[in-house]
Amino acid sequence: MSVQTWTYILVGITFALYIGIAIWSRAGSTKEFYVAGGGVSPLANGMATAADWMSAASFISMAGIIAFAGYDGSVYLMGWTGGYVLLALLLAPYLRKFGKFTVPDFIGDRYYSNTARLVAVVCALLVSFTYVAGQMQGVGLVFSRFLEVDMTTGVIIGMVIVLFYAVLGGMKGITYTQVAQYCVLIFAFMVPAIFISFQMTGNPIPQLGMGSTLNDGSGMFLLDKLDGLSSALGFDEYTSGSKSMTDVFAITLALMVGTAGLPHVIVRFFTVKRVKDARKSAGWALLLIAILYTTAPAVAVFARTNMIETVNNKPYSEVPEWFSKWEITELISFNDKNGDGRIQYVADEKTNELYVNRDIMVLANPEIANLPAWVIALVAAGGLAAALSTAAGLLLVISSSVSHDLIKKVFVPNITEKGELWAARGAATVAVVIAGYFGINPPGFVAAVVALAFGLAAASFFPAIVLGIFYKKMNKEGAIAGMVVGILLMLFYMLKFKFGIFDGGKAAVAGLKANWWFGISPEGFGSVAMIVNFIVSIVVMKFTPEPPKNVQEIVEDIRVPSGAGEATGH
Amino acid sequence: MSNKQEKANAYWKENLKYLCILLSIWFAVSYGAGILFKEALDTIQIGGFKLGFWFAQQGSIYVFVILIFVYVRLMNKLDKKYGYDE
Repeated sequence: MSVQTWTYILVGITFALYIGIAIWSRAGSTKEFYVAGGGVSPLANGMATAADWMSAASFISMAGIIAFAGYDGSVYLMGWTGGYVLLALLLAPYLRKFGKFTVPDFIGDRYYSNTARLVAVVCALLVSFTYVAGQMQGVGLVFSRFLEVDMTTGVIIGMVIVLFYAVLGGMKGITYTQVAQYCVLIFAFMVPAIFISFQMTGNPIPQLGMGSTLNDGSGMFLLDKLDGLSSALGFDEYTSGSKSMTDVFAITLALMVGTAGLPHVIVRFFTVKRVKDARKSAGWALLLIAILYTTAPAVAVFARTNMIETVNNKPYSEVPEWFSKWEITELISFNDKNGDGRIQYVADEKTNELYVNRDIMVLANPEIANLPAWVIALVAAGGLAAALSTAAGLLLVISSSVSHDLIKKVFVPNITEKGELWAARGAATVAVVIAGYFGINPPGFVAAVVALAFGLAAASFFPAIVLGIFYKKMNKEGAIAGMVVGILLMLFYMLKFKFGIFDGGKAAVAGLKANWWFGISPEGFGSVAMIVNFIVSIVVMKFTPEPPKNVQEIVEDIRVPSGAGEATGH
Repeated sequence: MSNKQEKANAYWKENLKYLCILLSIWFAVSYGAGILFKEALDTIQIGGFKLGFWFAQQGSIYVFVILIFVYVRLMNKLDKKYGYDE
């Protein structure tokens, strides 16, 4: 059977599965819609969190980014896993004990202020919308590359599926489809990795294969070989990297703290029964994420080595079939600058003749390694599972921010349960349509704004929540001042150094690198903005009145785990 | 101060102690071994891995997973000790 047929079969089966689960787990109340009724088991919640968290970027792009960045790619590996330690130790158990539906709920109640609530809603919407547009784009890409439908049709098919189970099932439907999606995506990621690891090193476990010797009889370590190949072509040594230590430190910190502050991840911990379940499911989530995150750097090493060996200095007329196939999609292209008919792949831009899109490292990897057709098709189903599961989680945050935090808590406090449920469904529908629109017409700044989303979460939510739990005397004046200053500082730095707005636009960005504060890139600046937020909060608090007694009692109460009760909206 | 209040304070203190220890390890494996002392650790090679590089791309992640499960165990015990388990 051809790859195409296999892809239709696998994608068809997985989609039917998601729809089946959605029908079986419809939400009947706001509680089921927002927090899946609050009775999800820790393991199921761990799986759902893992699928929720691992997006199209983790599945399709990350290994490719690492393949080209080498050691510098570690910022993503450590940053996007280390955040779970912060989440498990500093946030999840206490937020679960607090027992509300959303993150703005916590901010609004803990800081006894609807202003604080509104600031939190704006942040949650901003973060979630930028993210979800990227996911829809990912869905469209997979459809257009593997099933040869055009991108718009692909996005619309994706929209209909997500709409179906998010609107019908709410958090309950999303949770159980995410469990299925985790299984699909991890299987799809691991199978090609295991095949390739075995092919190249004789060790079927990619994590070990990465550090093993090559299978070609040379007895050379794979990583040493790749270091050698990289230096020979003029790139930095694979295991060394080129970013400054300060910047690597700052980016890792910003990603970790940003991860812990992302609303669509935090709300997952409201769905379990007890505080101890929240802790345990954070452990499961990270374990399940770590399976992919420790395999990705191995895939990166295999793919990079394979690619250099397969194409460098080979005559263009003799390139393998996959090369021509991916040339059509313009993910790979060859420009014979010196006219010798051979492909020269080197670091120097002037003589380099090969352009490779990073996404190809995962998408085309099975073909490069000559794996069977069904394995190639599996990658398509996995990419779709990753993108759809994350999109659904984000849509839920958007819809609950509107229906619960805005409509119920601020504008129409006496709305009925049924009315709120319909408002939530309506908001989800509108959000899907907007996300789909941005997926089809992506604004040029999507990638940049996703990085901004982490910075924003780090600069706003994280300090406000941590201080809310660990610093009883923190008051609304301090928290609001901290969040506002943190966000504005982060926005200013991004606009200045990422978009060059104050210095004559995009063209000026590269030249501004020398002026980075402390040598920290815009991607890493979230860590500075976070520290500023902490300082501002504490200083302002010292000069303003203490929080009321009953709020201080709430803080005392969330610190002990017993009597968590069920999540409520009141 | 009531007895209940004292119990809650003692529980919180022990919890904070655990957090300090676990977060120190969290910092040491990622920012320490994977970034600040990466160069020095790279002089040690285990199998095909330079040690600093291994911590940055593999080791720190394994330690993160272990840290959370250790925390789960410690806290479950602590909950029991203070009668907060349900």
